[in-house]
Amino acid sequence: MTAPPESGQPLSLQLLADMLRIRRMEEKCAELYGAGKIRGFLHLYIGEEACAAGALRALAPEDNIVATYREHAHALLRGVPLRAIMAEMYGKAAGCCRGRGGSMHLFDAARRFYGGNAIVGGGLPLAVGLALADKLQGIARVTACFFGEGAMAEGAFHEAINLAALWRLPVLFCCENNLYAMGTALARSESQTDLCAKATSYRVAAVKADGMDVRAVHEATRQAAQQVRAGAGPFFLEYATYRFRAHSMFDPDLYRDKAEIEQWKQRGPIHSFTAQLKAAGELTEEAFLALDASAEAEVADAMAYAEAAEMEPIADLLKDVYTPQETS
Amino acid sequence: MKISYREALRQALREALSTDPRVFLMGEDVGRYGGSYAVSKGLLDEFGPERIRDTPLSELGFVGAGVGAALGGMRPIVEVMTVNFSLLALDPIVNTAAALRHMSGGKFSVPLVVRMATGAGRQLAAQHSHSLENWYAHIPGIRVLAPATVADARGMLVPALADPDPVVMFEHAQLYNLEGELPNDWQCDITHAAVRRPGTQLTLISYGGSLPKAMQAASELDSEGIDAEVIDLRVLRPLDSDTLTASVCKTHRAVIVDEGWKTCSLAAEIMARLMEDCFYELDAPVARVCSEEVPIPYAKHLEDAALPQVAKIIAAVRGMLNV
Repeated sequence: MTAPPESGQPLSLQLLADMLRIRRMEEKCAELYGAGKIRGFLHLYIGEEACAAGALRALAPEDNIVATYREHAHALLRGVPLRAIMAEMYGKAAGCCRGRGGSMHLFDAARRFYGGNAIVGGGLPLAVGLALADKLQGIARVTACFFGEGAMAEGAFHEAINLAALWRLPVLFCCENNLYAMGTALARSESQTDLCAKATSYRVAAVKADGMDVRAVHEATRQAAQQVRAGAGPFFLEYATYRFRAHSMFDPDLYRDKAEIEQWKQRGPIHSFTAQLKAAGELTEEAFLALDASAEAEVADAMAYAEAAEMEPIADLLKDVYTPQETS
Repeated sequence: MKISYREALRQALREALSTDPRVFLMGEDVGRYGGSYAVSKGLLDEFGPERIRDTPLSELGFVGAGVGAALGGMRPIVEVMTVNFSLLALDPIVNTAAALRHMSGGKFSVPLVVRMATGAGRQLAAQHSHSLENWYAHIPGIRVLAPATVADARGMLVPALADPDPVVMFEHAQLYNLEGELPNDWQCDITHAAVRRPGTQLTLISYGGSLPKAMQAASELDSEGIDAEVIDLRVLRPLDSDTLTASVCKTHRAVIVDEGWKTCSLAAEIMARLMEDCFYELDAPVARVCSEEVPIPYAKHLEDAALPQVAKIIAAVRGMLNV
């Protein structure tokens, strides 16, 4: 089993390794979907790696994470073993949700990873409640809630950010703005396309970061989390990013110009960061290949594990609809 | 001691807030206003604004926050003004709270209590008067309660808060002023239906705001020499089929009184179960008295005509017995 990168490594190499792990995982998922091993909806994070990588490294292990249906990366970087993620997508009992959740519903209680939510905006009120619980219990913890810009058209966003601001709750709102809500461009769905302006209208501090630049994401998130942790109330971050693949495996991607996609790919977070590190003398080609090989090996191991894992017995179908209680 | 249903609910809240620091009450106008039905009146002074938490008009937001707070280690009690307004919060209840434990492979339970008023009878028309208990009773993963007596209003909150899974509690708005004797042993379970009046000739099955009507009907039928048993469902999900079956096996006849509309109702579910469980015990087709299939109207005579009433229950019983 390949371990995540050593914490003794320089931050830049950790960030690069994180992005490579995401990329290789997602590429394998696409391949396995094509092979019929993974079914249901599958939403890939390819192109957006800098957001999760930069953000997760800037948060503390005790913080709460709430994510979306495009959450494989967040789960992985939070520490959910790739074996458990892959087995979940295979629908196996060894999956992190025993095959009941699939790609869109990854959970891990010990790592305070609250999903995985396939309702757009569904995680936002949940994050407010987690932060409220912390505040009421006197726990200095940040709840980081990831969502797409499409969720900002939902009432849930407006209700949640109002509550968080009104009650000064430690919520870090992390908007991954990839410009398209499925196939609907931001300008076609929102009257106000300045997302930070929406947040500041609720008197919430807001910063826009380049979501293709992992160091920019990391630094913006680090500073924002610091403020939230210090009790300054909620904070809104916009990561300007782009997904290179279609919305899901069912999406023919007819609503975007090929030229636009190519333009964003030029700014791909992995190759641009790799080039920067090499130019700065912080990374050799050999070291890059070693990181990439490690990511590939981790994915291969997880796939083999998921392939061999047992199915959840049908006899356990009704298990965990309710919490087992001792009968008195 | 004689107290009102409202006071019984308040006593239960006060006790929960006093004994468990994880408990807090959250909802529209629960604090300064004193609760839209005055259930939480006075609690703000006793427990302060952190634990008697007024919310904006954001049902989706604050019910969802209740789910999150439950996940975060608290024991929130979320009050929604009426079941009609709770439709704005169906997403966090149905898509998240009810599904989360199973969807996460048993990783997360959601110990949340949602209380809401339900039902008609106050000329509030179609957006404050509906009985949608069956919508919630349809959903696996939650427990649905309908306290219909002062004792249940006092007693149900304790096991509801002890339940590790989401509990939705319906308080019929016509019951808040109901006065009743609070027995010393008001402690109760949230698993069983209750026989409120033993009888031999037929079973009246009811819950919530319809229970007093069923009891009144049974009393009037008694004076005509008809001995009706009255069952209070108490728990709408999971239904206590055993108590229903035992009663019908004794009386061989059943009339269901349900303020919901007939179509796809709790009454329909109960009829189906009686067919499955004791068809050959029945001496007559099961009958039901439900609301007319119309949005509840404002004018008093129209509203009365739309709802189950004592006279309609008695007529259904007479029709069944051919008397």
